[in-house]
Amino acid sequence: MSAQPASPAKQPPSLWARILDSDILASFLRSKVTMVAAVIVLVLFIGAFFSPWIAPTNPFDPATVFLSDANIPPAWQQGGDPKFILGTDDQGRDLYSAILYGLRVSLIVGLLGVALAATIGITLGLLAGYLGGRVDSLIMRIADVQLTFPAILIALLIDGVVRGIFKHANREDTALYVLVISIGLSFWVQYARTIRGSTLVERNKDYVQAARLVGLPAPLIMLRHVLPNVIGPVLVILTINLALAVITEATLSFLGVGLPPTQPSLGTLISIGNRYLFSGDWWIVTFPGVTLAVLVLAVNLLGDWLRDALNPRLR
Amino acid sequence: MLAFVLRRLFQSLIVMLAVALIAFTMFRFVGDPVNQMVGVDTPQEQVAQLRQTLGLDEPVVVQFARYIYNAARLEFGVSYQFRLPVISLLGERAPATLELAFMSALFSLLVGIPMGVYTALRRDSWLAKIFQTVSLVGISLPTFLIGILLIYLFSVTLGWLPSFGRGEVVKLGNWWTTGLLTASGWKALILPSITLGLFQMTLIMRLVRAEMLEVLRTDYIKFARARGLKTRAIHFGHALKNTLVPVITIAGLQLGSIIAFAIITETVFQWPGMGLLFLKAVQQVDIPIMAAYLMLISFLFVTINLIVDLLYALVDPRLRATIGAH
Repeated sequence: MSAQPASPAKQPPSLWARILDSDILASFLRSKVTMVAAVIVLVLFIGAFFSPWIAPTNPFDPATVFLSDANIPPAWQQGGDPKFILGTDDQGRDLYSAILYGLRVSLIVGLLGVALAATIGITLGLLAGYLGGRVDSLIMRIADVQLTFPAILIALLIDGVVRGIFKHANREDTALYVLVISIGLSFWVQYARTIRGSTLVERNKDYVQAARLVGLPAPLIMLRHVLPNVIGPVLVILTINLALAVITEATLSFLGVGLPPTQPSLGTLISIGNRYLFSGDWWIVTFPGVTLAVLVLAVNLLGDWLRDALNPRLR
Repeated sequence: MLAFVLRRLFQSLIVMLAVALIAFTMFRFVGDPVNQMVGVDTPQEQVAQLRQTLGLDEPVVVQFARYIYNAARLEFGVSYQFRLPVISLLGERAPATLELAFMSALFSLLVGIPMGVYTALRRDSWLAKIFQTVSLVGISLPTFLIGILLIYLFSVTLGWLPSFGRGEVVKLGNWWTTGLLTASGWKALILPSITLGLFQMTLIMRLVRAEMLEVLRTDYIKFARARGLKTRAIHFGHALKNTLVPVITIAGLQLGSIIAFAIITETVFQWPGMGLLFLKAVQQVDIPIMAAYLMLISFLFVTINLIVDLLYALVDPRLRATIGAH
């Protein structure tokens, strides 16, 4: 037999082994609430992103949607139709399918909005922390001022202004981008503050000084050397912000300045259902509302757990 | 101390100027004021003349200065959709929003503080655990869902309370209308106040709980126990009194957020306040109203922050010392 490779103990453990061995997994397995939340989030994400294959009907295909099917109660109620498990909305769309598609829209807007906010925040935070001086005070003053106002107010204002700029474009084409921009510009401050704080510490460490002595350009030092060392805490903010971004999107859509009824998110569905609350059609508002609440609660619980798991003081 | 006050005033002024610049940019460049006033068939000379009378051909700096001068006299231009001065539109709706904000602040304090005290003193009782769970849900649920839930429960199902509007209002003086003098006005206030105040209530409850737990561990509480004071006197006379300073600060700072968040509650309940007006303005891209609302809300926020900061400096001797040292 040929020589055995080096004994496993000497080999660096594989990524999988390190994950299995880590504290994070252990704390995950210890918390039942977190595991339930993770399963819920996973199910909702799968349901959302595979909605075209999972949903029984395509609620936005005019060929399969009939106005005569409007406002049918859920299947188990009197007058329900087994074709529509959760009933139909005011245009005869299957509510279960509409929720899956709406969940996808909500999650896409939330994820893109958070990604934009994180990109802006991380870039400005790195610049402020690394360059210091006037750049730092300018960026941080803007952040301070923005932080005094609630994010929803800023998102509403930006939404109005962006729609004013795009006023000749078709609203259905721009609505998603308007929302992403409003969310991105309302939530960047937290990232910038966190990144700036840790960058201020890293900036004076030896490895950064060495990189500077070698003559590397500042952008390269910031991206390749400082960024990997300050990015950790951002993970927690990302999770908690996803819940906030989904709420913000739903609120804007509910208020009628988000996604139009032709490509509804969960917020749009709730806003449609709200109009039929008084005629006793409770299902149109209830099911999207419950979906939204469960999603937000589960993501929040995951975020809380992640914050505690990554906090070395709590170990 | 005087230097601190002056510096703080100067900072507030800079913030207001920055906000005014944003409002002016929106006003001047996003919505072209002239295009909104003239029809499609207005001759070019007339448009040019209108531009001149409005001063839109002057340097931007001069226009900005004029905008600030007008804003200081509360003149924010004319609304595109209503063709009325913005300030009279806002003034007409201010009482509704202020009454709603005041009632929900009161609700959040009167319910949040006792709940916080209870959960701190009886940490392991089942009621405290229920309160904690409710507060987690209250923070996770979006405001508009809470509103819809309350409407479904108390208006649609039980039929106890109205689901929209202010009820009957009474005119006080020239421009203040109040719903606090009629039974239907009070009834109409209940659901919106709870919806708007719920988030602040959970916030205050958590804060009071955390502060109480902290204070109960301090030496002077132990000493008070050693002196043989009654538990009741220790909890409410000594502990609670000392937790209230940060609570009142937070409550003050939250007043601005309440008024901003009123936009959502007012939409759910069709409450005829400033928030609903602002939302209609955003929907219709009615820039003068948006700009004016931004300025008013910012002024409110900046003023509240300034007052809180100054009061802190006045109350807290440690802070005064660091200010003096600078």
